[in-house]
Amino acid sequence: MKIQSHHIFIVFWSLVSILIIVSLLYKWWKQRKQKELQVVHISIRFWWLMVGIFLIAVIIHSRLSVAFFGLISFLALKEFFTLIPNARAHRRVLFFAYLAIPTQFYWIYIKWYGMFIIYIPVYMFLLIPFMVSLTGDSHRFLRSVGSIHWGLMLMVFSISHISYLFILPPSSEVNYEGAGLLLYVLILTRVNDTAHFLIGRRWGRHSLASPQTKTWEGFTGGMIVTISMSYLLAPMLTPLNAIHSLFCGFILSIGGFMGAVNISSLKYDLGVKPEELIPGHGGVLSRLDSLMFNAPIFFHYMHYFYY
Amino acid sequence: MRLLQILFFLLIVRPILFIILGVNIRNKEGLPKKGPAIIVANHNSHLDTLLLMSLFPFYMLHQIRPIAAADYFLRKKWISWFSLNIMNILPLERQKWRKIDQLFAEVYKALAKGEIVILYPEGTRGEPEQLQRYKSGIYHLMKKLNEVPIYPVFIHGFGKALPKGDPVLVPLFVDVFVGEKFFCRNDRKPFMEELNHRMSSLANMGNFSEWD
Repeated sequence: MKIQSHHIFIVFWSLVSILIIVSLLYKWWKQRKQKELQVVHISIRFWWLMVGIFLIAVIIHSRLSVAFFGLISFLALKEFFTLIPNARAHRRVLFFAYLAIPTQFYWIYIKWYGMFIIYIPVYMFLLIPFMVSLTGDSHRFLRSVGSIHWGLMLMVFSISHISYLFILPPSSEVNYEGAGLLLYVLILTRVNDTAHFLIGRRWGRHSLASPQTKTWEGFTGGMIVTISMSYLLAPMLTPLNAIHSLFCGFILSIGGFMGAVNISSLKYDLGVKPEELIPGHGGVLSRLDSLMFNAPIFFHYMHYFYY
Repeated sequence: MRLLQILFFLLIVRPILFIILGVNIRNKEGLPKKGPAIIVANHNSHLDTLLLMSLFPFYMLHQIRPIAAADYFLRKKWISWFSLNIMNILPLERQKWRKIDQLFAEVYKALAKGEIVILYPEGTRGEPEQLQRYKSGIYHLMKKLNEVPIYPVFIHGFGKALPKGDPVLVPLFVDVFVGEKFFCRNDRKPFMEELNHRMSSLANMGNFSEWD
């Protein structure tokens, strides 16, 4: 099935319209109640950023978006490194770990799939412990190696899959197909989060995982909504056939849930309060939590079946 | 010189502080809108002064005057030029400490002009992320200036991002806490206790996992 650019733009402009309405409603609500809802505020800002990246990628060049996702990756990794306990002696290894960001995104830029897929899981996996050893202080060796490499996997490797989605479909000029894939996974992930949250708050009884906001009712409701959305949007944004699109909604719903629980557990362990959403204290991580899992899941799903 | 100073902060300091590192500031509205005022802060890194100066809008930049040791910052020609013209420091000749009025003459002048003075009561840069005991120099400066408000500011994170003696800058978020202003009291002991109390309660606002 051929993807048509005007379908993608219909979905995109509806998204922008919803965003404008939500932004205006929020502004009105804020003026009336004289207070701010950090979660809503940051969510809106995040979506405007995504809209901007999307427009730049489609209008100018899809590869330019690589740099933007590199920047998001950098923000996420910086936040993670600020939050985790670390050995003072291993400070420079953090610096070394940051260097993985430009390199990883460069592989994407030149479309070197083989290197993109093994660079952090293999080469960084081998190099990080060696760099820690080079500092000459092996106290807390395992903690440093484990947390630094885990951070790279999540904040750089996973997030970079979103970037690669853009250039996954073979195309020389402006890549509408890649843009469609990106929109699809972004919308489904966010819809799943929101549906889980709203349904769980209204009907949630049975706790599913450590954070109290996650419930069986929310999970099931979120999954139903996500599968319906994945089925409806698939013909407009992706080459997925009906059965593949239903199953895609199913795995993205589970993946998004796992990603959200993952970051919740991390924040609990580091003593970050859920309401503390200031950047640097759970802000970027909270926004990207479910996407960190869904990006590689969706990427490999598409890579296996279609590209 | 004012233009050079603004360009330096716009093109070098602010990108490093706000993009490469990242600053979380609490209660930024609490900073003074105009002088005279004193800002007291903990001191762990040379970036402390650059950060405090970057918290103010450009049109106020030339009115921000960090107090700095003359024997350290005026010892070489190039550093001296940079400190006096770009950083706009108030050089303090520490060896004159016996004559308080003479020692602080420049500071009094700056405050009289309505400038905002930055002072590190710890004296020198301390160990990373450790609050040192405050020296009573600030009391001797302030005891005649009962009307000048003192703004306590606590900075956390430079000890990880750029500690003393290590040239490698590691990008990490920095936290800044601006406290309520207060005024000098007439006795040394209660004033120093108040200063200590205010700074440590600012420090306790953050929940930081310290490095080992």
